[in-house]
Amino acid sequence: MPHPLAGSSSEEAVGGDSTPSPDLLMARSFGDKDLILPNGGTPAGTSSPASSSSLLNRLQLDDDIDGETRDLFVIVDDPKKHVCTMETYITYRITTKSTRVEFDLPEYSVRRRYQDFDWLRSKLEESQPTHLIPPLPEKFVVKGVVDRFSEEFVETRRKALDKFLKRITDHPVLSFNEHFNVFLTAKDLNAYKKQGIALLTRMGESVKHVTGGYKLRTRPLEFAAIGDYLDTFALKLGTIDRIAQRIIKEEIEYLVELREYGPVYSTWSALEGELAEPLEGVSACIGNCSTALEELTDDMTEDFLPVLREYILYSDSMKSVLKKRDQVQAEYEAKLEAVALRKEDRPKVPADVEKCQDRMECFNADLKADMERWQNNKRQDFRQLLMGMADKNIQYYEKCLMAWESIIPLLQEKQEANGFQLVFIPWWSL
Amino acid sequence: MEQAPRDPERQLQPAPLEPLGCPDAGLGAAVGKEAAGAGEEDSGVDTMTHNNFWLKKIEISVSEAEKRTGRNAMNMQETYTAYLIETRSVEHTDGQSVLTDSLWRRYSEFELLRNYLLVYYPHIVVPPLPEKRAEFVWHKLSADNMDPDFVERRRIGLENFLLRIASHPILCRDKIFYLFLTQEGNWKETVNETGFQLKADSRLKALNATFRVKNPDKRFTDLKHYSDELQSVISHLLRVRARVADRLYGVYKVHGNYGRVEWSAIEKEMGDGLQSAGHHMDVYASSIDDILEDEEHYADQLKEYLFYAEALRAVCRKHELMQYDLEMAAQDLASKKQQCEELATGTVRTFSLKGMTTKLFGQETPEQREARIKVLEEQINEGEQQLKSKNLEGREFVKNAWADIERFKEQKNRDLKEALISYAVMQISMCKKGIQVWTNAKECFSKM
Repeated sequence: MPHPLAGSSSEEAVGGDSTPSPDLLMARSFGDKDLILPNGGTPAGTSSPASSSSLLNRLQLDDDIDGETRDLFVIVDDPKKHVCTMETYITYRITTKSTRVEFDLPEYSVRRRYQDFDWLRSKLEESQPTHLIPPLPEKFVVKGVVDRFSEEFVETRRKALDKFLKRITDHPVLSFNEHFNVFLTAKDLNAYKKQGIALLTRMGESVKHVTGGYKLRTRPLEFAAIGDYLDTFALKLGTIDRIAQRIIKEEIEYLVELREYGPVYSTWSALEGELAEPLEGVSACIGNCSTALEELTDDMTEDFLPVLREYILYSDSMKSVLKKRDQVQAEYEAKLEAVALRKEDRPKVPADVEKCQDRMECFNADLKADMERWQNNKRQDFRQLLMGMADKNIQYYEKCLMAWESIIPLLQEKQEANGFQLVFIPWWSL
Repeated sequence: MEQAPRDPERQLQPAPLEPLGCPDAGLGAAVGKEAAGAGEEDSGVDTMTHNNFWLKKIEISVSEAEKRTGRNAMNMQETYTAYLIETRSVEHTDGQSVLTDSLWRRYSEFELLRNYLLVYYPHIVVPPLPEKRAEFVWHKLSADNMDPDFVERRRIGLENFLLRIASHPILCRDKIFYLFLTQEGNWKETVNETGFQLKADSRLKALNATFRVKNPDKRFTDLKHYSDELQSVISHLLRVRARVADRLYGVYKVHGNYGRVEWSAIEKEMGDGLQSAGHHMDVYASSIDDILEDEEHYADQLKEYLFYAEALRAVCRKHELMQYDLEMAAQDLASKKQQCEELATGTVRTFSLKGMTTKLFGQETPEQREARIKVLEEQINEGEQQLKSKNLEGREFVKNAWADIERFKEQKNRDLKEALISYAVMQISMCKKGIQVWTNAKECFSKM
């Protein structure tokens, strides 16, 4: 069943397409979502089309979590190495399944490389400046001597790229973006890129022209709170990241010592008769624990750390969106003030000031809605991430436990056999 | 060399000494089993009733350690630790124990006892003392002799030393050992009066013998190699283990940093989950202290056998010395016999100063020659007697030493297996704790 709101496209089309009637919109149950725009703006029904996007936002919020109403699925997999004369690079297969009208076919499969993702992200930032765009994994690998083509690195990147696309897919506005559609479907993305089609949304267009010269007097409380929150959050995440890195470092050093420790028992075992098997058993056991530890550190490095970093990047990009919002507000306030000084226009507010106000209010609405979605997703992401980390540690200890428990019988085995013989030798008869 | 005490006075005392259960299960169990035949009511009953003599059991413990100050040999003030040794006799019938003796000894007195035993029982693998200074430490333990953990572990080690002697079939009968437990004052003088230091073989002599001996018993040569390698491998093991402990400590402690990040201020929904998980991380971080303390006991068990390797080598050295002595005596005898023969027959096959001077300065008179032959014959006789007794001594030594070595081997295998088992048990406990903590943390996360 097509989504009731699927018919209306995002901000780009004005008229022509079926804009759902206010009645239809009102008839949906929103739960606790209230329809009043922030900052005392006018409700959806009578506002200009420019704000319909924000309405779509709010209406669709709860549906994302419910998988049954999903009509767009994207997966990133199957990395492949391409060796050309000029360069070597990796491409990933993007598989899309959708029932949406925007897609001509129900299923697509294309290949993209990192720079294509990068292109997509900048296009999204350009065309949807009022929204929070998910982050991409880092372009360059600065730390250490990491092999760009190693299995681990490619896999980590693939997961992050998959996450990136999924986040866009889940977003009620971004998922309808034309660039996104082309990214998922076009056979030749480069040709499309070259066309330089600026499919800027109206909002994008308007925000783009906001000059940066205005100074914001005061950030409204709620956005100031968001800004502070993001700062603190990023700081704390940074701390967690550092702690996690330190733990991994210590674990690796511990592993190095373990790898020397186990074999010494083997060396000893070679000297002994009756003790040979037990000692060899202990050596093997320590070897198993070493392997389990290696698996743990690999998992932490590949799964845990990248996600933390991603969230730090996310917070950073959100702060820049916040700044843009400030700019929009600043412009509006400046213009308003200018008008207030010109007494002749008093009773009627000029059109361009009204436009500024709209712009600001939409931005605020979009941002707030995205922020709330982000908070929700963040909680789920972290829950999953941390539970996964706890799981990995539990698995590590379980592997070690199994190893040690299995050699107890080996160690005790002959103990019983010999014990009886010895107990009965009276010492004074020796 | 004697295996039974030469001095009738040292023919010992009525009661055999039985070890008390040791606080460390690994050591205690081994030592207990060793003497189980000696006094265990169930197993030894039949043989026990043969000798009503042995009805009394004695329990030994090193129960306390105390810091003391005193004056040393150079009249300078020094601080040392004294250990309280308590001996209890246990009535066989009712199991009640009565404190019979209690005295204080310091480490140097233990050393004196051991050195004495080494001299008088060279065919016995004499139990080693715990280390004088803390070695193979990892960063947390101080190498300070006054450190309470070190002192505590040393106390246990000294107790173990006494129990080992007490449960040894031969050593337990020694009077000096008995006096060590019972005679506080003048014990040092008593030991020194035995003149054992004079009887000790010089290091140089022993070294010389080791290099020059031609036909040592192969078993001893092999044993010497074994003890060298054992010493090397256990040292290596202890060194790496210390490093492993150090690293493990780091891993656990760093986890404690998670708990220090304050979340409740900024996170409404996640805050509680994160804070309580942080608390579990703190528990995790502090659990390592006990874990590593337990592991030190394992290290101590290994160390005992590291030092035992030296005791094994000492027995081998003694054999080499005796064997060398024997070879020298035989060689000496052979050369004297040859000399005698040459004198008798008038042929000079080997070089001798007498022969040369005779050549240079003229023949000696028949009477002179006769005299010399007579002297030589006496010496040969004596030599033959000596060789016979040396041979006998050597064989006795080998027999007795090898018996004790076999006993030692059984003890070593038992003890080390126990040690490995207890080590595995420690690891299992550590894993279970880890699983518990992370499961708790996971639950906190799931409630986020």
